[in-house]
Amino acid sequence: MSDEQTPPMDRREALKVLAIAAASATIADGLTPAPASAQRAALPTLPAASAPIPPKSGPRGTVTDPDLLNAKATWPRLLSAAELVTLSALCDMIIPADEKSPGASAVGVPAYINEYVSAPYDWAERALVRVRGGLVWLDVESGRRFGKPFTGLSLAQRTTICDDLCYLPKAKPEHQVGARFFDQIRDLTSSGFYTSDAGMKDLQYVGNVPLAKFNAPPPEVLKHLGLA
Amino acid sequence: MVQASPKSQTKYDVIVVGSGAGGGMAAYQLAVAGLKVLVLEAGRSYDPVRETPMFKLPRQAPLLGAGTKHKPFGFYDATVDGGWEVPGEPYTNAPGTDFKWWRSRMLGGRTNHWGRISLRMGEYDFRPKSRDGLGADWPMTYDDLAPYYDRTEMLIGVYGGDDNLENTPASSPGVLMPPPAPRATELLTKKHSAPLGIPVIPAHLAIMTTRQDANTLPARLHPNNPLAQRVLAQSMRQRAACLWATPCGWGCSVKANFQSTTVLLPPALLTGNVDIVPDAMVREVTMDASGKATGVHYIDKTTRTDRQVTARVVVLAASACESARIMLNSKSALFPNGVANSSGLVGKYLMDTVGAGIGGQIPALENLPPHNQDGASGMHMYTPWWLYKEQLAGKLGFARGYHIEMGGGRTMPGPGIFGGLDEFTQGAYGKRFKEEARRYYGSFIRFDGRGEMIPNEDSYCEIDPNVVDQWGIPVLRFHWKWSEHETKQAAHMVKTFADMITSMGGKVSGTVETDGAKVIANGGQIIHEVGTCRMGTDSRTSVLNQYGQSWDVKNLFVTDGSVFVSNADKNPTLSILALAWRTCDHILGEMQRGNI
Repeated sequence: MSDEQTPPMDRREALKVLAIAAASATIADGLTPAPASAQRAALPTLPAASAPIPPKSGPRGTVTDPDLLNAKATWPRLLSAAELVTLSALCDMIIPADEKSPGASAVGVPAYINEYVSAPYDWAERALVRVRGGLVWLDVESGRRFGKPFTGLSLAQRTTICDDLCYLPKAKPEHQVGARFFDQIRDLTSSGFYTSDAGMKDLQYVGNVPLAKFNAPPPEVLKHLGLA
Repeated sequence: MVQASPKSQTKYDVIVVGSGAGGGMAAYQLAVAGLKVLVLEAGRSYDPVRETPMFKLPRQAPLLGAGTKHKPFGFYDATVDGGWEVPGEPYTNAPGTDFKWWRSRMLGGRTNHWGRISLRMGEYDFRPKSRDGLGADWPMTYDDLAPYYDRTEMLIGVYGGDDNLENTPASSPGVLMPPPAPRATELLTKKHSAPLGIPVIPAHLAIMTTRQDANTLPARLHPNNPLAQRVLAQSMRQRAACLWATPCGWGCSVKANFQSTTVLLPPALLTGNVDIVPDAMVREVTMDASGKATGVHYIDKTTRTDRQVTARVVVLAASACESARIMLNSKSALFPNGVANSSGLVGKYLMDTVGAGIGGQIPALENLPPHNQDGASGMHMYTPWWLYKEQLAGKLGFARGYHIEMGGGRTMPGPGIFGGLDEFTQGAYGKRFKEEARRYYGSFIRFDGRGEMIPNEDSYCEIDPNVVDQWGIPVLRFHWKWSEHETKQAAHMVKTFADMITSMGGKVSGTVETDGAKVIANGGQIIHEVGTCRMGTDSRTSVLNQYGQSWDVKNLFVTDGSVFVSNADKNPTLSILALAWRTCDHILGEMQRGNI
């Protein structure tokens, strides 16, 4: 149910606005430096040594000035293929497929968690230890209870373990470590899942579209809130 | 045009240091008046039209676009080489101080990412000392600045309501653009805040809800100036109205909101009177024997070499702390303590904004029928300070007020979206987690207070004699102290917000702290530093006169936040712009009178 009162700006119209603004501004406002050849032509009498260097406009590709339009997390990923298999199984316990949307691993959540724990920041180093340690802890716990690693367990067996880990305030002392690990994986899994196309659709987020006009909330919303 | 070095064949009338709100306005106003202007920018050139990541999604960015120390406001934030830490450009703190100094090393400075909240100071705000005996009065009244507020709002495009509340002035008729319709969360807040006596009215943001009238506005803003009218009309025609999507803080490629790089620098450049040199880090104002400024030294960052340029007039607009740093580093026989610093007040009375906030979960917002709440990305409604009478009656225990900013609802899902949801669901996972997510999505709101800090003797910056940055320029050392007025105000904020959340039937997240010192943001964290070169009526107790002109050096002017005498709860950018315009009119007058 999208916002029926506000027809999205015709897509062609929106693109036209963007394109016209881009073209006219780039040429006319001079914020984009002229090509080096044009600058040289404009200053023919200057000796080569003092000729202006065209200033660099546009991202320099550093950590404080990344290319926003062609973004990429460049750092090496640290989790192994085997770790990712266990992680995927856990992510899908947290966000499984249902009738409305797919499960976490189907939309690439394990890859996001790998990007997260491998990032070149202090907090990522700590997260990496917690996630790696947690994955081993999970397999040890699975082996202790059922004689198999987590990925070898039935859904019912996985559930009995997750039930013990899922709520930190109620977790037993011997499960505290596992519960903290579970809590972090749940946060990361929901971040990865609900920022995916499938996740945004599941929540029925209907924004990020150009509109000609922003309308007041529709009547059913006002009614729901007691504002009608 | 934007180029690597000044044109050697051009003699400049004015050097403007900085290209943000104050520098962009100075460059524009002086260029359309026919002066030859050189703008020196410490960061790189930047073009929002080509560089803004419009309609990008979190999942297309590293770490889902989350903030890092390199990009504190998120990957897509329109800040280049900036933040509270800039590689190679340190600053120091005196023992016991933890001041955070934000910089944006880019063309347009922090106007590229700012919150666009554009509130006028009111009549009380210019007379704080006369009202309660604290701080200092401005050397002007609201009526002096009001015409410049009107003109600035028409020039940049500001939406807002026409409420005319105590110390919350209305703009002149026809100046503001219509405010956008309130969101569901804002309407709910309004309804449940009314019984608490807390008003919720349309906010004022520098975002265009309609296109500007390029046929009539230029003539209204620049009567009898064909050049100004031509370039402004051309610039206004390149600006589109808001598309109601994609965050303003990333910049705006259709120029619907105010950025110096989309609103001020383009028409300035169209005059042909302006050269902009990026990567030019100014370190010193140069002087002649008669006590006049002759120009500046800057480090060309691309070659790490020192350059010198000259002009009749020097305008500093490098940001409050950076302008103070340049002045303190400009030592000469005439000014052994830094240029224009005979008062000894350069760097003193540094202020930021009092900030504290709290969030909550509102059951009424659960399972809300899906609809688009993006809007102008910033708030459509806000609460101006409303307790003037209680304060006057001595009921609050602190001086000066705050406004309330509000956010939340069905915003675009981002990283951390359901962090802490286990508290509400007793640890849901599996299919139940997905059901709970659908229920709770959009039901969280947040209130943030932004309040006035009173200038004090213990909050200032000075040169650290032992440290230079990578450009060889001595760095700033900060001293900072909140008074009880600020910490008690912060405590009042969180208590009030908790009351508002409770009144909405909601549950406050976390505990409501009664010790304001524990919830108040660090100095510098709200990024509203002002006050280091304050204006005044007396050269012994102020650095500048009411026109931003140095008492000591007649051809040296300042047009950034450093000129502020007080720091009302009204976010400073709109006032910086209006004051800069007023200063430019004075510069032109002084030139005509032959004084400079």
